[in-house]
Amino acid sequence: MKLTRVTALIERDMRKFFRSPALMMSSMIFPLVQLIILGYAFGGKIKGAAIAVVDDDRSVESRHIREMFNGIAAGAQTFRVVEYSSLPQAINDLRAGFVRGVVEIPYDFSRRFYKHDRPRVVFTEDNTDQFVSSSVLERIQQMVDDMNSPSTTPRLAGEVQLNVVEIYPYIEYVKYLLAGSTAMAIFIVAMIGGGITFIDDKSRGIHEGYLITPVSKSELVMGLIGAGAFKGLMAGMVLTIIGGLIVGIPRIWDPARLVYLTVVVLAASLAMISFMFLVMVRVDDPLVPRAVFGVLNTLLFFPSGAVYPVEAFPPWLRWISVVDPFTYTVHALHNLTLKSTGIEGIYRDVIILLCFGALTTAGSIALFKRQL
Amino acid sequence: MNAIEVDQIVKSFGAFTAVKAVSFTVGEGEIFGLLGPNGAGKSTLIRMLTTLLPPTAGTARVNGFDVVLEPDAVRRTIGVIPQAMTSDLELSVEENLVIFGKLYGVPRARRRQLIDELLEAVELTAWRHAPVKNLSGGMRRRVEIARGLVHEPQIFFLDEPTTGLDPVSRASVWEMIRQLREESALTIVLTTHYMDEADKLCDRIAIVDHGKLAALDSPIQLKDSVPGADVVEAEFEHAPSDWNAQLGSLARAAGVTQRDGVVHIASNDGPATVAALMDLARARGVTVRKVTVQSTTLDDVFMHYTGRELRDSTQGGASYDISHLYR
Repeated sequence: MKLTRVTALIERDMRKFFRSPALMMSSMIFPLVQLIILGYAFGGKIKGAAIAVVDDDRSVESRHIREMFNGIAAGAQTFRVVEYSSLPQAINDLRAGFVRGVVEIPYDFSRRFYKHDRPRVVFTEDNTDQFVSSSVLERIQQMVDDMNSPSTTPRLAGEVQLNVVEIYPYIEYVKYLLAGSTAMAIFIVAMIGGGITFIDDKSRGIHEGYLITPVSKSELVMGLIGAGAFKGLMAGMVLTIIGGLIVGIPRIWDPARLVYLTVVVLAASLAMISFMFLVMVRVDDPLVPRAVFGVLNTLLFFPSGAVYPVEAFPPWLRWISVVDPFTYTVHALHNLTLKSTGIEGIYRDVIILLCFGALTTAGSIALFKRQL
Repeated sequence: MNAIEVDQIVKSFGAFTAVKAVSFTVGEGEIFGLLGPNGAGKSTLIRMLTTLLPPTAGTARVNGFDVVLEPDAVRRTIGVIPQAMTSDLELSVEENLVIFGKLYGVPRARRRQLIDELLEAVELTAWRHAPVKNLSGGMRRRVEIARGLVHEPQIFFLDEPTTGLDPVSRASVWEMIRQLREESALTIVLTTHYMDEADKLCDRIAIVDHGKLAALDSPIQLKDSVPGADVVEAEFEHAPSDWNAQLGSLARAAGVTQRDGVVHIASNDGPATVAALMDLARARGVTVRKVTVQSTTLDDVFMHYTGRELRDSTQGGASYDISHLYR
């Protein structure tokens, strides 16, 4: 294998890449938009959910509960209180979607309260939206716990208590999503370079121009994969830095971390471009990569833990995450951007990505057709 | 020594045989033309000779190297201009040449010198830094020609080099090919479906039709091989049913055919045949609506050997030549 031929192919692709600003932008804009929109849409706390309160008791104790509701509405703002005088009307509005839940203070609440006869407050929730209902329920449960806690703390507590220590500062969801967006930028470059451009070049006859030269199969594949890896590295690093600055990753310019990020992004680029090449090496129809883009995107991005933790997946989805190069990219990038780990937090992922890249490159070389 | 030796070469795509046991040789320094309509098998033949397609049967040696057993040796000694424009549009003229020079392993100093010379030869020195996408079709073809020569090949294959070009660009490409021939010992193989192109450029022409070699000789010899040096074309009114048979007995007439109401009389002396034709028509009461005399062309040669006109075949035969390319 002659290195000059491989570098000539890389040079050709890189020159083309730098002269196609639209291509560069498209590989980065989509992941950036996704990072900002998804990150802030999914990561925020529920605020201002309308909760109907029906006070049938109209007592001092029921007023105390209403005041607690109003306190949450004014403080944490998880919900806002809408007073109803009729329970059926409140339930109708719940079904119509005007309120997210109905709190009923029954007419015998104060009587039971003073008799210590298990006084009850009924919360009817709209459980079609799990995110909202669980947030509101958590708040109401917290409020009820506060009401039930004794006014004076016993000198010797008999209950077991759990002290929670958070090893890292609070991490917003948008920061969690940054690793996935970086992986997505690399994937888009791989899709364009390893799929769309490669097959377009084939159908336009440009590929034929290379087949008439003495370039070997392995030189051609290595050149095309090498060019794709460089493009992926650039897209991945630009997105990590710009995205990191937008979402507020601390010490983004730390030289050691930049080196580790470069290593991870380069390994991920190699793995993804060679994987894409393997998938597309025998495809001739330019419509195919465009058609499978969405499928591959879903298949690789979501099982990787970029959006939701792998531990929540069913077993079959966990298996996909095991063979998915996104998984190791996201894991290593999480370690670097969220936990500020060093080489110890990324070396396993990098080794797996490099092995994956080597295997898929070997497969691509074996399947590559040197003739038309 | 022959530059190219093709022996009983066959190429099949499933049940369809594109090239059927074709044999020929091309001498060193010769301009050899493969003439035929789209779908005749010319491009398939050239793709086998340039190692882009493996032959189904038969052998071919290019510069003494077997195209199947020594493909890299073949690739090193040939330059190829494929039918499609294969230059990278986003790259400049010079960058295209540099990349291919590197792929062929041309040393840097020699590469620079060659690129300067080639750009001068194809008259693109002023455009060397321009992106190929900004050039006209004819200029792009000249870029391809320069690119095909960047490693100093011994044989140059051009697959329909002027298809899609305007008349001025075509003439420019012809001039370039002639210059190449005059200034170097390059062997040139070109495919074309343009009669005038084959006639003006080629030392020898192989007429290819339906995957077979219908005829092979120099343009002059091919024309001479057709009965009659001239062709008299005439249209008549009130002609009797045996009129064509009567025309066959005219002075110096060598054969009569009729297409679309026009009678074609192959003649060894056009003016003498026309004079005799007018006398006969007057005597039989047949009205001569139109009569012309022209020398034998390669179109007549093509018709003689294949039984149809090249322009008809060109219009109708394009459907099956391209589909196999990426099978």
